[in-house]
Amino acid sequence: MVKESILRRIRKDFLMEVLDSGERTDGRAFHDYREISVTPNVIGTAEGSALAQVGKTRVLAGVKIVMMEPFDDRPKEGVLIMGAELLPLASPTFEPGPPDERSIEFSRVVDRGIRSAEIIDMESLFVEEGKVLGIFVDLYVLDFDGNLFDAGTLAAVSALKNTRMPKIENGEIIRGVYTGNLPLRGYPVSSTFAKIGNFTLLDPELQEEGAADARLTVTTCGDNIVAMQKAGPGAFRKEEVLNLINVSFEKREMLMRHIR
Amino acid sequence: MGSHNPDIKLIKDGKRMDGRAFDQLRDIKIKVGVFDNAIGSAEVIWGDNKVVAGIYGPRDVYPKFMQKPGEALIRTIYSMSTFASIEEHGRAGPNKRSNEISMVLSDAFENLIMVEKFPGKMIEVHVTVLQAAAGTRLAAFLAGMAALIDGGFPLTDIAAGVSCGKADGELVLDLDKAEDNFGQSDLPIVFNSSGDIILLQMDGKMTREEITRGLEMTSAKSMEIMGMIRKAVESKYEGEIRSEFEL
Repeated sequence: MVKESILRRIRKDFLMEVLDSGERTDGRAFHDYREISVTPNVIGTAEGSALAQVGKTRVLAGVKIVMMEPFDDRPKEGVLIMGAELLPLASPTFEPGPPDERSIEFSRVVDRGIRSAEIIDMESLFVEEGKVLGIFVDLYVLDFDGNLFDAGTLAAVSALKNTRMPKIENGEIIRGVYTGNLPLRGYPVSSTFAKIGNFTLLDPELQEEGAADARLTVTTCGDNIVAMQKAGPGAFRKEEVLNLINVSFEKREMLMRHIR
Repeated sequence: MGSHNPDIKLIKDGKRMDGRAFDQLRDIKIKVGVFDNAIGSAEVIWGDNKVVAGIYGPRDVYPKFMQKPGEALIRTIYSMSTFASIEEHGRAGPNKRSNEISMVLSDAFENLIMVEKFPGKMIEVHVTVLQAAAGTRLAAFLAGMAALIDGGFPLTDIAAGVSCGKADGELVLDLDKAEDNFGQSDLPIVFNSSGDIILLQMDGKMTREEITRGLEMTSAKSMEIMGMIRKAVESKYEGEIRSEFEL
């Protein structure tokens, strides 16, 4: 552990030195994204799917639709359930086993953006008394180089946009027959920042994320902020948060162009 | 192998439902070096199966009691995505089936890796079936094999396998989903390049004669698949790797 913290400090010192000169180790400006690409419909067995790549980070989202009982407090509404798998093949630091706090935070932050933006009409998923459709969105991390959140949100929203609604007959799903696409009412996108010293870096890659004192994710949809998450022991000043929210809105259109 | 359903014809006019000859494989595409973090990686598209593999190691063994003093521990983890099937949403995490497949894959890889080179360490082979269409364990083996070569791990041999089964009483190779579900038997098998068997499972009903013929048919095709692995590894050095399914 001592060795770890020394390494972390050396990395941080190095990053800070480069940042002082006005740019990042990979040559990006502080508020630039790495290259982004999103490919929808990569998995034929899923009702919807998309692969998002942000730099070298790759996240695959798959959507399955199932018939299920509604939750007791919302008998007329469908269900949205988000899961995440940090596949051990994606990083030497990912371990097999039940979801750890990293993967839980990842799926919950992506979930909150999509849920609060209310892009799915949950009442339209009602089938009959005691039966609603459940939408399972699962995020599979295939290669990890920092900033899972923005890649995960792009993958999930793009997969939902391309989700085919299964045919329903007598309260049962007919597998492999579809009736059209799941309508979405908006496209939430997230922007994640790492704070290192007094610098805030958009779309941190792995080294930057590892050296960060704090992290902030801002998810926007339309004119609204729909989810935020701050993590790490460091602090953000109020003006900083407001500024990063503005940057998130500035990046919104560019990110949305990738959701096809 | 699943429930026999006499209403479903698997063979018509000497051809299989998807038009293949009895000993014909589905299309197989192999790409190596597809991931950045893993020491070795590969993706395999085998028919409608889509499988990815990544290797890490040699690294320390946890839990410690699993450490082998004179050789490396080979740990394979086979998993399937929750959306791999057209049917219901699958459960994440291991189950009895995936644990058993992980075990037989580990044993087969252990046969091929020079384990004495890394005493006390482990090599992890992670294979995930993103989309499943029968024959996933052999597609998983193929992806793991290609990824091990891609990672430059010291190997004694190369290996590959294919399943043999019975559909409407005929011996066929590389069962598809319908043949797997409604056929009368399934025999997944992996050969090394000298024709020795390093993975073998079987269920259903077959006669001794059928097994004898099946072994001949599968070993011949396995050699062909080994050739495909060699080509995939070579093509990594011929140009930029472009993922088939954009992974």
